[in-house]
Amino acid sequence: MNAFTKLMGTAALGFALGGVALPVMAETPANMLVIANRIDDITTLDPAQSFEFAGSDVLRNIYGKLVNFDPNNLDAGYQPDLAESWTVSEDGKTITFTMREGVKFHSGNPVRAEDVAFSFKRVVALNKTPSFILTQFGFTPENMDETITVSGNTVSITTDKEYATSFVLNCLTATIGGVVDELTVMANEVDGDLGNEWLKTNSAGSGAYSLTSWKAKESVTLTANPDFYLGAPAMQRVIVRHVQESATQRLMLERGDIDVARDLNPSDVEGVRNAEGVEVLEEMRGRLMYISMNQKHPELSKPEVRQALKYLIDYEGMQNSFLKGAYVTHQNFLPRTYLGAVDENPFSMDVEKAKALLAEAGVDGLELTVGVREAQERLEIGQSLQNTFAQAGITLNLEVGTGKQVLSKYRARELDIYLGAWGPDYPDPHTNAGTFAYNPDNSDAAQATGLLAWRNSWDTGKLTEMSAAAVVEGDRSKREVMYHDIQATFRDTSPFAVMFQKIEPAGINEDVEGLNLGGAITAVSYWTVTK
Amino acid sequence: MSSTHYNPKRQPRLPLPSWLKGTLVTLASISVTMLGLLFVTFFIGRVMPIEPVLAVVGERATQEQYHAAYLELGLDKPLIVQFSYYVWDVLHGDFGMSLLTARPVADDIGRVFPATMELATIGITIGIVLGVPLGVIAAVRRGSWIDQIARVVALVGYSMPIFWLGLMGLLLFYGVLGWVGGPGRQGIFYEDMIPSVTGMILVDSALARDWGAFRDAFSHIILPASLLGYYSLAYISRMTRSFMLEQLSAEYVTTARVKGMSEWAVIWRHAFRNIRVQLITVIALSYANLLEGSVLTEIIFSWPGIGNYLTTALLSADMNAVLGATVVVGLIFICLNIFSDLLYKIFDPRSK
Amino acid sequence: MSSQSLTLRQWLLTDTPTSRRQARFAALYKGWLSLRSNHMAMIGLAILVVLVGSAVFAPLLAPHDPFVQNLANRLQPLGTEGHILGTDSLGRDILSRMIYGSRITLYIVALVAMIAPVAGLLVGTVSGYAGGWTDIVLMRITDIFLAFPRLVLALAFVAALGAGIENAVLAISLTAWPPYARMARAETLTIRSSDYISAIRLQGAGPMRIITKHIWPLCISSLIVRVTLDMAGIILAAAGLGFLGLGAQPPSPEWGAMISEGRRFILDHWWIATMPGLAIFAVSLAFNLLGDGLRDVLDPKDSAS
Repeated sequence: MNAFTKLMGTAALGFALGGVALPVMAETPANMLVIANRIDDITTLDPAQSFEFAGSDVLRNIYGKLVNFDPNNLDAGYQPDLAESWTVSEDGKTITFTMREGVKFHSGNPVRAEDVAFSFKRVVALNKTPSFILTQFGFTPENMDETITVSGNTVSITTDKEYATSFVLNCLTATIGGVVDELTVMANEVDGDLGNEWLKTNSAGSGAYSLTSWKAKESVTLTANPDFYLGAPAMQRVIVRHVQESATQRLMLERGDIDVARDLNPSDVEGVRNAEGVEVLEEMRGRLMYISMNQKHPELSKPEVRQALKYLIDYEGMQNSFLKGAYVTHQNFLPRTYLGAVDENPFSMDVEKAKALLAEAGVDGLELTVGVREAQERLEIGQSLQNTFAQAGITLNLEVGTGKQVLSKYRARELDIYLGAWGPDYPDPHTNAGTFAYNPDNSDAAQATGLLAWRNSWDTGKLTEMSAAAVVEGDRSKREVMYHDIQATFRDTSPFAVMFQKIEPAGINEDVEGLNLGGAITAVSYWTVTK
Repeated sequence: MSSTHYNPKRQPRLPLPSWLKGTLVTLASISVTMLGLLFVTFFIGRVMPIEPVLAVVGERATQEQYHAAYLELGLDKPLIVQFSYYVWDVLHGDFGMSLLTARPVADDIGRVFPATMELATIGITIGIVLGVPLGVIAAVRRGSWIDQIARVVALVGYSMPIFWLGLMGLLLFYGVLGWVGGPGRQGIFYEDMIPSVTGMILVDSALARDWGAFRDAFSHIILPASLLGYYSLAYISRMTRSFMLEQLSAEYVTTARVKGMSEWAVIWRHAFRNIRVQLITVIALSYANLLEGSVLTEIIFSWPGIGNYLTTALLSADMNAVLGATVVVGLIFICLNIFSDLLYKIFDPRSK
Repeated sequence: MSSQSLTLRQWLLTDTPTSRRQARFAALYKGWLSLRSNHMAMIGLAILVVLVGSAVFAPLLAPHDPFVQNLANRLQPLGTEGHILGTDSLGRDILSRMIYGSRITLYIVALVAMIAPVAGLLVGTVSGYAGGWTDIVLMRITDIFLAFPRLVLALAFVAALGAGIENAVLAISLTAWPPYARMARAETLTIRSSDYISAIRLQGAGPMRIITKHIWPLCISSLIVRVTLDMAGIILAAAGLGFLGLGAQPPSPEWGAMISEGRRFILDHWWIATMPGLAIFAVSLAFNLLGDGLRDVLDPKDSAS
């Protein structure tokens, strides 16, 4: 029938159009580095405000700092960057930095001591979330003109007390220490915001790269700075594309559409190891996975119960199965490679011991709720805990929510148990000691929501004092021992069961050389990469 | 009328003595619906136990910083005051700033909506090009094997979990066979290479005469678009079939056949012509559904469209973004509805 | 009496029913006969029977406890001894989880099918029968809910009340009722002006009685068809919520959540996401097939094949 054949023809044509096979380009250009990463946590690219992992990855490559880590030798600690050298005053309170000559911002303006002072004062004045990293040294909007001063080619900062110099300099290597171009930033100031709005989506630094564009939840594009003082980077462009799924990242990597895949889950890491043309780069990161027990809960506040729960976690089982290659067992609050870190992991799964401890505390049958963030590895840890707790007669209900939902409750001290992750804010032991073991006022009214100990209503007792003492100890080896002691007590008595430390396995194309993810102490560096 | 079950048309509720009155009534009902839409969204957003403040200041904020941000967002004011401020701003074309992207919501929507539109348009095109002929054939050869196949194709389309089919499709056509581009709208090395004019990459790369980029964008869009196309195909072909069946059993068709008119002419010049309006309603409805953002498809294919935008905004309590996107989506839905109502009034003799 | 010699079949198929009850049963039986001749609908029905069976007899059918983990025995492939469909990332038996998952699916379907159409019927008939301001207000509200992006409304609702299966059901019902209301209203409008209703009204029946006794029964058959056809959509929506982590909570073996868990292993262990995907597909296909067949039987004007 005529009509019929014509119809069939139309349909066939449609199918042909729909099913055309398209060859896909399978290699990235030689001077471009293409990275897949979850970057949906970036909410700003102002170094005075940014406080997320993906943000620090971007900003480390844009902004120079007074002192910085050398990606080729992270273990050496902080090294001169925009400051060529520094001296410490007699009383140990004032550090004076001499600026490196001839370094320029992306705008062409020279990097001056004034820019450093401006950047630091800007942090204090804006008072955004990460500002405490600087203000903990006593800088306030009122005193900053006296405490942060410029003289010729030098800039001096004066702290309120004598702190360990290493503590101060370590803090300056954090994202917040990034030096911005005062002239460019102030030219873009709106309503006295010190350029905060403009810097959210633009850059004014002196580092290896400048920001070309940031499309929220989509991509970040960086362009090389040909005048970078350490030499022009080999990669002309760096593109970080937001790709949510691990499987997708792996597919893209294996197909050659990207050079680096940064969020591979353990099963995909195994796959990448066996694939051709790609390899796995593993680095120990600073992030810890822990559970904490709210001390407002009558049963959880008993020391035996706290101990018991620590014996009800299948550290090894998890580490060797679904967390394989992503986390290793670590039961201390200082991540490995940090000053004062220890390697003792005394707890292991022991149901009998846990039962005995529970019996000792007079606990029989307990029902608890754990707040878990909607993320696969945490859900799996949660379910494993559910399983092992049940073996000692404890019913554990999972309350799953988005990060913000669960966090709101945690901050309001409303959860029985929280399954969480903690990443250090700056590469000094105080960053973790100051939150896990330090809680000067445990009352509800204190609202110290930034302190993990407070969130769990835990009065840390003498640990608060010990942490405060460790921070001002000038002798490095004494300081180290002090942290060993704090952690020994903490491990045993605290309501925190630190379980794992993060390993980041990045899948990379085997042509990529010189990529450093930043270890436990800093963020990624792109300027050392070659292909 | 037999199509009542499927199209969301509303019966005229007031007699329409004049053209003007009709327009006024329509406008009034649009504004009431929009206002209601806004209010419900606003209310949902406020009772949600997610803290917008935390999204702004981050986990480590001190109570003081937290409070400053709280005041800055105006959260201390009564709900109804917040709502009226918001409506006032929207009436002045200001949708506010998104907390998460640090940009004006209007800009964000201007960026994500073309992405969805591009995907939906290609999807619906596939749906029409394949679905309409399939439906017509199925009706003409009712009961034959081709009718059965068309039925199975459609029912399978209705029954498939799209997120699963999407995952499998990506695995097969991208991962194993390498026939299509991966997730996202374009290959990463074309990022920021094409000047954005319309925001639709296919159109922009054609305008820039960059055929490499065009091919690349096409290879990325074809898989998700085919998936959406299949879904609209299922719906469109079923509807076409049932409309056609109704027409083919009508008396005039028999008369035409008796008069010796060719089958082709009977089908296309008579029967098909009569179902055009109903069909357009169905297509408009499916198009509206695709434009609303196929959340799951966009998530699986990392497609930076409005569905994706709305979902992430919702889960982080980025209320300005949620409200802005809901207004846009609601407007589209309402406009397409009015459009098909109008078509009815113009073309359907029965409603005159 | 001749009726004694009648078989049940003859009694049902008689052309001259002697009671109202007989007529009603006769109509049902004829419908069943015509449905039975539709093979596709019967396939659908068979699948649903299997679903109900596995939900009811889950403890007997499942070879393992669906919640027991065994980290040493995780990610086993299809056809493993003792685990025909393999194990998931925590070493749980996938087949057992799927069998128990059928309970959740059935639970969702049953609840939504009870809430959404009833709510829609109520709003639609009241609106259509009352007319005037009631009609305008109710239909505006319906429009508002219709204009909402479906999944987003559900997401917002679940995000507001917390994730969980009951909230997911409520959220889906919230998005599903407006079309029913539209439909019931349209039918009410046609029925309301019929002579039959006028006659009843003249006899002194109040609006409540008219709506519940005379309008509702007339709307029911098209409602049933529509509900059956919508069931697939409801299952898919529930699975979608589960997939986004907003539906059933771990360790619950909800199928959508199982896909979500399994998608991480999709490259090396494809069956973990595939099996629940197939289950969802089979059940929603079954509802579609049955609905299609039911439509032919109950609502012949729509699609006569």
